[in-house]
Amino acid sequence: MRYLPHSDTERGDMLAAIGAGAIDDLFTGVPADKMLKGPVNLPRRKSELEVARILGGLAAKNVPASTVPFFVGAGAYKHHVPATVDHLIQRSEFLTSYTPYQPEIAQGTLQYLFEFQTQVATLTGMDVANASMYDGSTACGEAVLMAHRVTKRNKAILSGGLHPHYAEVVETLSHMANDRVTRLPADVKAAEDIIALIDSETSCVVVQTPDVFGNLRNLKAIADACHAKGALLIAVFTEVVSLGLVTPPGAMGADIVVGEGQSIGNALNFGGPYVGLFATKSQYVRQMPGRLCGETVDAEGRRGFVLTLSTREQHIRRDKATSNICTNSGLCSLAFTVHMTLLGSEGLSRLARINHAHAVKLADMLASVKGIEVLNQSFFNEFTVKLSKPAAPVVEALAAKKILAGVPVSRLLPGAGLDAHLILASTEVNTDEDRATLVAALKEVL
Amino acid sequence: MADTRYTKDHEYIRIEGDTGIVGITSYAQEQLGDVVFVELPSVGKKVDQGAEAAVVESVKAASEIYAPVAGEVVAVNDALESAPGTVNEDPTGSGWFMKIKIADSSQLNGLMSEADYKAYLDTLS
Amino acid sequence: MLNRQGRPSQAGESGMNAIKTFTGNRALEQVEPLLFEIGRLETTGVDLDEPQAFTSRLGGLERQDGIGLPGLSEPETMRHFVRLSQKNYAIDTGIFPLGSCTMKHNPRLNEAMARLPGFADIHPLQPQSTVQGALDLIAQLKEWLKELTGMPDVDMTPKAGAHGELSGMMAIKAAIIAKGEAATRTVVLVPESAHGTNPATAALIGFTVKPVPARENGLVHIDDVKALLGPDIAAIMLTNPNTCGLFEKDIVAIADAVHEAGAFFYCDGANFNAIVGKVRPGDLGVDAMHINLHKTFSTPHGGGGPGAGPVVLSARLAAFAPLPLLEKTSDGFALCESEQNAEARGAHPYGRITAFQGQMGMFVRAFSYMLSHGADGMRQASEDAVLNANYIRAGLRDLMSQPFGDKPCMHEALFDDQWLKETGVTTLDFAKAMIDEGFHPMTMYFPLVVHGAMLIEPTESESKASLDLFIAALRDLAMAAKAGDTERCTQAPRLAPRRRLDETLAARKPVLKWVPPVPLSEAAE
Repeated sequence: MRYLPHSDTERGDMLAAIGAGAIDDLFTGVPADKMLKGPVNLPRRKSELEVARILGGLAAKNVPASTVPFFVGAGAYKHHVPATVDHLIQRSEFLTSYTPYQPEIAQGTLQYLFEFQTQVATLTGMDVANASMYDGSTACGEAVLMAHRVTKRNKAILSGGLHPHYAEVVETLSHMANDRVTRLPADVKAAEDIIALIDSETSCVVVQTPDVFGNLRNLKAIADACHAKGALLIAVFTEVVSLGLVTPPGAMGADIVVGEGQSIGNALNFGGPYVGLFATKSQYVRQMPGRLCGETVDAEGRRGFVLTLSTREQHIRRDKATSNICTNSGLCSLAFTVHMTLLGSEGLSRLARINHAHAVKLADMLASVKGIEVLNQSFFNEFTVKLSKPAAPVVEALAAKKILAGVPVSRLLPGAGLDAHLILASTEVNTDEDRATLVAALKEVL
Repeated sequence: MADTRYTKDHEYIRIEGDTGIVGITSYAQEQLGDVVFVELPSVGKKVDQGAEAAVVESVKAASEIYAPVAGEVVAVNDALESAPGTVNEDPTGSGWFMKIKIADSSQLNGLMSEADYKAYLDTLS
Repeated sequence: MLNRQGRPSQAGESGMNAIKTFTGNRALEQVEPLLFEIGRLETTGVDLDEPQAFTSRLGGLERQDGIGLPGLSEPETMRHFVRLSQKNYAIDTGIFPLGSCTMKHNPRLNEAMARLPGFADIHPLQPQSTVQGALDLIAQLKEWLKELTGMPDVDMTPKAGAHGELSGMMAIKAAIIAKGEAATRTVVLVPESAHGTNPATAALIGFTVKPVPARENGLVHIDDVKALLGPDIAAIMLTNPNTCGLFEKDIVAIADAVHEAGAFFYCDGANFNAIVGKVRPGDLGVDAMHINLHKTFSTPHGGGGPGAGPVVLSARLAAFAPLPLLEKTSDGFALCESEQNAEARGAHPYGRITAFQGQMGMFVRAFSYMLSHGADGMRQASEDAVLNANYIRAGLRDLMSQPFGDKPCMHEALFDDQWLKETGVTTLDFAKAMIDEGFHPMTMYFPLVVHGAMLIEPTESESKASLDLFIAALRDLAMAAKAGDTERCTQAPRLAPRRRLDETLAARKPVLKWVPPVPLSEAAE
């Protein structure tokens, strides 16, 4: 078998050196009646050619985003990732290395993590960022737990603009930990009065901007209201490219900022792996979950980097840890760092302007179609429309015509009375032809 | 002359009137390694004997500090926030953690004397 | 249950004059500044055309300040990160004997398959009719995991092993709540030898953790478990094979006792690589077990992630698996994404632990691994993993002390630091000396129950030649330490890109991001 180096002769020699007669002699301690007599009931080994054929066949049954007019967002976004990014993350020393617990031979990983943390903190307008979380939704859940630790309260208020999956993650965690959650109803027009609900028992308020319907929200008043009552504001984003054009949450008074970093450096990947971003104020750094990389010096006085403040983590604090997290999103955070390095401030702000321009163009085109009402006052690269018919069947009809027209809100919020609503994203990948094709197809169906 | 008592978890309490100054012993700081942070209780907190009162962190380890006797925390060593290394350098002097107003001085009788603690340390090595 | 075993964390003295060059470079080993020190605010390595004029719809929330992050051109970017990569040790460099991490070879076929546009370029919320191939792959992977473990169901959503532990324990808690016992069953039993994620996970969802002792032979004894079982116990969390590299012989009896007491058995599957195709956790009485795809099933460690931790579930727990559920329909596959739909099918998902449906990128890689090995290959891989660990054990046992006596281990060999007593060399020093010899050190100081632990897991990917060199080198180091050549260890590493680093300083005065010495905009003028 191509991945197993030993010959049978070598296996025999090694068993002799150990002093064992047969390999099963080494499986002592396993109850004899539980040892399988032969291989399990699964197919036998396959060559690369055979595997490629099988998986290629499965892949061919899916419609890739690049091959059709594509307007799907709501938490993950189609952007162009430069070829350099994928090449660099496949370098052996990045791909096949481990968590940098032996820093002397992991300065590559540690230095890029330091760069990543700097990029994330700078983009979000916060003091400090960690070395990434699994994804935006789990980062959101962890942020709520952190707020509970900091405030010593356990009631979270979730905006009706928060991505429903993110809200469900928070609700699940809270239910299990006996914490309280108030989740506001779906807030399509960003009209909710969340400030009225903040009281002295509130640990945190969680608001997403741009929200799941695309609305941009000014967090300043909410931040002030939170602080007046001793609560924390957690700001969430699912489209990190928005930070290239929009006021960062740190500048609006957020205490913790979490979000999804997938848009920079990472493919759609059908939902994972992604990369969670987590940033906060310096006074809360010891309550932060996840890995942290810090600067130091070595025995010869040279600058170097190490994982630090590890006592927050599970391998030391165990049942008193800030979280149970063991991994970060390593390679995905590297992809983010590389892409962000290629972009720089100039590139990111231009990319963001292009995204917004494309969305504005699309919104204007759709607004003039009978049966479509564009609902947002403000948006970045994603907005919600109300159709004259249920949205899910419209999306299916367009999919049959090889157009991926967005996410029906009913998929994320079934039973919320929003069956006619559709969320459309428009990034730099959309061409005039894509937009024209979409509009024509919608006109036909509506 | 201040009398000092010791616990099996390597806390000491140096008695001064009705207050006790609490910290960790030299053996404890050596086991922990370089102290990087001490999580101290709030002034005014009431603790039971044996309850968790503080946490001391080194780079690779963390250790709970238990109250040697029941009482009220009347002072904490704020200087440790910017200079946690003091715990390593001078654990029984300037590296103290907190001062407890002792609720029940009879609890001190159950703690080890200096001689007993030294003997206890010998059993550990 | 904190980890109280500290150890030296300063850099120490260097004791050696390095050869000095003008650049600071040492031939292929290049000095590489931070990208913020070489980049420029106005530089970008991506060609984008400014959009035509448009009316902004940002609602007055346009960014007021510049972003403040410098960029690099493509050649500079390539060089920057390639130079960084060259400072890393990796599996592709040499043996990576980290116990409990299973650093096996990462097949490149897996990378090619994961990058097929049909897998990489699809959105989780596309209409399900357009992603039937992806759903089919997940369904097939589930079947393989079920067959390998002998368990009836799998939760595919967790994004890492610890996340899988969380899911499994949440399913257990949901089952307890459903039985009306949430108020009484509040304690989880966890061995002291367990990985820190176990107690951390239990505490995260509101359980109190009680330690289970291990006996002199490194195993958990059924009597000790029975003594702790009672109506307040929700579950026991055991790792099997355990963190000392040993198979828990009492495991079936423990499972039976736990079930009889009305509690659940969570198994930490981190060490599954020892028994894949040889033993099935389902046959041992396990209720939930997470599988680290990045350990047992070769998905790359990537410098710390991403991982994936699907959880196999017993019949008692299957109903509580979280959303989304994957089902076979008459004409394909469908995701069930809402509680209402799930309840309509008789399922009671405990909720959701992540957005979307799981780590598809890792599913493709793991499935490619499984198809490649097949049932026969995976069985052989487990045998080779156990063989290799025992070969190392046999090669070192006369020089290095074993905490539980000289007996066969599973896929990892455990030594303690008894043999280093009086030498002036610690486990840490010994490990750092391995770096100079061209090896990544083994896992050190874990499990906590063993003093100065050294846990060596070669995996099945190591050739006999590689193992022979490794053994010979460790023998040389061990003999040197015993003979008093302490500097070789205490000064190590001397040949790595960095000497020992001052971790005390990093923790006492944390510097967690780059701060410009002078505002960049001023410096640019």
